[in-house]
Amino acid sequence: MNTRSVALFALALVTVTGPAMAADQKLNVVTTTEDLASIAREVGGDRITVESIARGYQDPHFVEAKPSFILKLQKADLLIVVGRELEVGWLPPLIQQSRNAKVQVGAEGYLDASQGVRILDIPTGQITRAMGDVHPQGNPHYWLDPENGRAIATSISDKLSQFRPGDRAYFAERLAAFGARLTEAQKRWIAQMAPYKGTKIVTYHRSFPNFADRFGLDIVGYVEPRPGIPPSPGHTLDLIQEMKRQNIKLILVEPYFDLKTPDSIARATGATVLVVPPSVGGVKEATDVFGLFDYGVTLIVNALKAATAK
Amino acid sequence: MRQLLMLQLVVALLALAGADQPALAQEPPPPGSVSPQGASADPQALLREIARLRQELEDVRKTYGDRLTALEAQLTAVVASQTAAPAVPPAPEPPAPAAPPASSKVFNPDVAVIGNVMGTAGSNPVAPSPALELHEAEVSFQAVIDPYARADFFVSFREEGASLEEGYITFPTIPGGLLLKAGQLRMPFGKTNALHPHVLPWPDRPLVMRNLVGGDDGLADASVSVARLIPNPWFFLELTGEVNRGQAGDVFSANQASDLSYLARLRAYQDITESTNLDVGTSFAMGHNSAGIVGDQDLGRFTTRLYGVDATVRYKPLRRSIYRSFVGRTELVWSRRQQFEGVQPAFGYYVSGDYQFARRWYTGLRYDRSDRADDASVLDTGMAAVLTFWPSEFSQLRGMYRRTRYAQSKTANELLFQLQFAIGAHGAHPF
Repeated sequence: MNTRSVALFALALVTVTGPAMAADQKLNVVTTTEDLASIAREVGGDRITVESIARGYQDPHFVEAKPSFILKLQKADLLIVVGRELEVGWLPPLIQQSRNAKVQVGAEGYLDASQGVRILDIPTGQITRAMGDVHPQGNPHYWLDPENGRAIATSISDKLSQFRPGDRAYFAERLAAFGARLTEAQKRWIAQMAPYKGTKIVTYHRSFPNFADRFGLDIVGYVEPRPGIPPSPGHTLDLIQEMKRQNIKLILVEPYFDLKTPDSIARATGATVLVVPPSVGGVKEATDVFGLFDYGVTLIVNALKAATAK
Repeated sequence: MRQLLMLQLVVALLALAGADQPALAQEPPPPGSVSPQGASADPQALLREIARLRQELEDVRKTYGDRLTALEAQLTAVVASQTAAPAVPPAPEPPAPAAPPASSKVFNPDVAVIGNVMGTAGSNPVAPSPALELHEAEVSFQAVIDPYARADFFVSFREEGASLEEGYITFPTIPGGLLLKAGQLRMPFGKTNALHPHVLPWPDRPLVMRNLVGGDDGLADASVSVARLIPNPWFFLELTGEVNRGQAGDVFSANQASDLSYLARLRAYQDITESTNLDVGTSFAMGHNSAGIVGDQDLGRFTTRLYGVDATVRYKPLRRSIYRSFVGRTELVWSRRQQFEGVQPAFGYYVSGDYQFARRWYTGLRYDRSDRADDASVLDTGMAAVLTFWPSEFSQLRGMYRRTRYAQSKTANELLFQLQFAIGAHGAHPF
């Protein structure tokens, strides 16, 4: 047996055993955010491993394209992204350098979770960057609506079944269980928020439109003068006037923003500043999507209860 | 149900249309009737025939008229019942469509333009800069070509004219875990040479890069580049190899077609914590230089070898990532340039630190020290302090105080101002 035939034999062996071995292993799923990782975990159970690139307590617009993330993508079978250009500043170079054909944009192992969900703030008419860092494809913080969570779970279940047709029933069962738990939880959250329906609030960045829409809050202003533009004195004064005029008592701030300006607005208006994590992992209590909504809803309800008791 | 009704209606209308003049004209006369030709002999018979036809026409009109009225009534009833009682609950909102395609534009490449306005005040007896200039306007075109490759073009417009800063095809997923690029490329010698000017933390390039690694524009050449990740259980390790035409800046000069230049780079990266990471690399480049050219002849056949070591340490606390960060950098370069006078063993380095102290504010310091490539006995040193303000992600204002001591004798004190702005596609943030 000469060297060449040994090499050919080895190649054949690798080709034959490669996919067979892969089928026994768990599907390696990488998500861009912890929210998607949490939902993937709900659906995939013990048939998959899940890892998120961004941490829940960091601004998902400004994740660094670290080479260690390239290694994660290199080994991924499936990449799930938030989409709507949330990750435009850091994900493309990671995908390009991953050397992984499966997770390239449009490939089988690339899942844009925003397909099939309800997207708000889709700009109509002309948009320019004078409006700040607007997302032309709509607001990417759509996961903060439990119904969208359900849609994301369905997409993930479909995709996982595509990879592992043998586990289709398993994924479908877990999807149904997740859906049932979500329905129950959502009833509870809506009931908790119901007494405060229509309450006007202010948020720092435009992270909460889907949340407010689902739970009946009315966002009337932002600490940022424009998306992605830090607070300016002029805008802050206008906001204080507006909050006094409309008697707004709540400011929601994402954990990665500075509290200096929100605190000064709160002092001027008597409002309460709440640090509400928009993502799983944003605070230690928010270990999964249920924890995330439990934490946020309870925090807001308690603050509104206190404000109305005053 | 509704479809069935529509079908009936359509059939009825067709029948009506069919029953109109053409059908009447074409149908053979009923049996027993007298043919017009036969009746022509008897005017009375003809009149009777006309009367009979009139009656027949009237019957037809009445029959179909009644049927039409009935159908109309039926249709009105159906429509009324549908609008009055929406038996089906309203359908859920349709999911948001994918990115709306803008007709043929969807396949156009991402286009962006970056303007770089530079102003200089102060004195520099060795390398003076204009008081004010549009230093560069860089236009980029980037798109995926097909399932196998993507293309990136960066055209640089300056006062001297237009040039292709980079233009290459990338095959990101060829077998063997290789990343293949071909075209005009900035060479990955060290950390900053591969970076475009607008992503540097300074308005200029460090002295060592200007003296030893290709002047103000750095090393760029027609290249084929292959990069592979080296699997290991500990850290990110990437080996890059390049074959170049051999014509890059003032370092390499291809005096024959076979005077190729070669580059190799090994880069290692490791996260120390989630906030801190270390990026180290070592580079080697080799090619012919122009020192041996006398007249049209390359008598010397001299080469230049470059050796480099670079290290970058980054700190960015994730919870405060948009407000605080620190990047420390250093690059050390050894140049071995063969000349008629012998090999010039030049060495240079810089050390810099850049600290972000607010969301839009960065400040930094840099120390420069470098021999000259063609005369290693001449040493230039420099110090610089820089302050950068980002009004938004798409514009940047920068000021730098730079003190350079050329050949340990002539001193330049300069204030550099830089205004950069980007329009078009949102590019990736540099790392």
